[in-house]
Amino acid sequence: MEIQFQEAILAIVVKKEDREKAGGGVPIFVTENEEEKIRVAQTLASVLKGMVHDLGNGVFILVKH
Amino acid sequence: MEKYWLTVVLSTGAGFLARLYMLRSDYRQYPGYPHGYVTHLSLGFIAAALGAVAIPALVEKEFTAVTFLALAAEQFREIRSMERESLGALEDGELVPRGKDYIEGIAKVFEARNYLVMLVSLATSAATQFLGWPYGVGAALVTLAISEYLMKGPIIGDIAQVVPAEPVFEGSVLKVEGIEIMNVGLPAMREKLLRDGLAVVIKPKDDNARATLHSTGQRQAIAHVAASILGTKKDVDLLEFTPLLRKDPDTGRIALFMVPAEKDMECLVEAVRRAPVLESARRAPLKTRLGRAAAD
Repeated sequence: MEIQFQEAILAIVVKKEDREKAGGGVPIFVTENEEEKIRVAQTLASVLKGMVHDLGNGVFILVKH
Repeated sequence: MEKYWLTVVLSTGAGFLARLYMLRSDYRQYPGYPHGYVTHLSLGFIAAALGAVAIPALVEKEFTAVTFLALAAEQFREIRSMERESLGALEDGELVPRGKDYIEGIAKVFEARNYLVMLVSLATSAATQFLGWPYGVGAALVTLAISEYLMKGPIIGDIAQVVPAEPVFEGSVLKVEGIEIMNVGLPAMREKLLRDGLAVVIKPKDDNARATLHSTGQRQAIAHVAASILGTKKDVDLLEFTPLLRKDPDTGRIALFMVPAEKDMECLVEAVRRAPVLESARRAPLKTRLGRAAAD
């Protein structure tokens, strides 16, 4: 049987200056600027088959639904 | 045996034709696999034959023959689990799954159809045996019409209004008429969703309908029907395109947002209207005194 994560944060993507806004046991990807943040989030989303959510404070989370 | 020949053949034939008629390929109820047809037609034939021989057996005072009908009921229960298992096994491969509730409904329908076949052949054989074959044919047609009526369940259009709606983004949150659908992080994806997406609002006509639409199984069934008719742009790594139905907690309205392969609002409204109301989701709080009192 295949075991899958459900409703779990897979990764966090932030800009350099927002580094302090996220922490915990999830991989955090720190990027230089907005453009890079979006690109990294997009790549991670398609690789991990997750969805990108915007927390509204500059932090992107990747969630497996 | 000779004297029952006409009765048995006529009513078995009528029952078999009834099963064939009820097996019309249907995008919701049947995926249309050739082997599925064979299975259901054979079981339908058995049901028809059982219904057909019951009356001649009684005429011959072979009362034990009636117990075969009980045996048959046992057999047909198997059909339900067979359908449930096979549709359930296919769920993993569906991008927009049917959901357990819908599968249960379909499985029940398949079981019930065999009982209707027995009803048709039983009525036909009774009429043929006691009144003559023209009456037998008449009885077959009448019972077929009755079973057609019985098989027709209510649809969403009966219990709710379906109206087109405009999806909008408030920040990163996609909303349809104020009902939150999902949070989308990527700006490019937001643009695409607005460009290609379609939304409708399902407005329940009364509190019974509202309670029915609460059921997440019912909503999944609507999503499946809409996605199977209009197609979907969803893929395993494109979760943003998943058809979603979310409820307005205050009014009970349901918003549907999806990204169809064929963007056609009229067809979407019609598809949602025609989605079946699941037996298991049907609720009727207004039938109770307390429910009526609470409603006003």
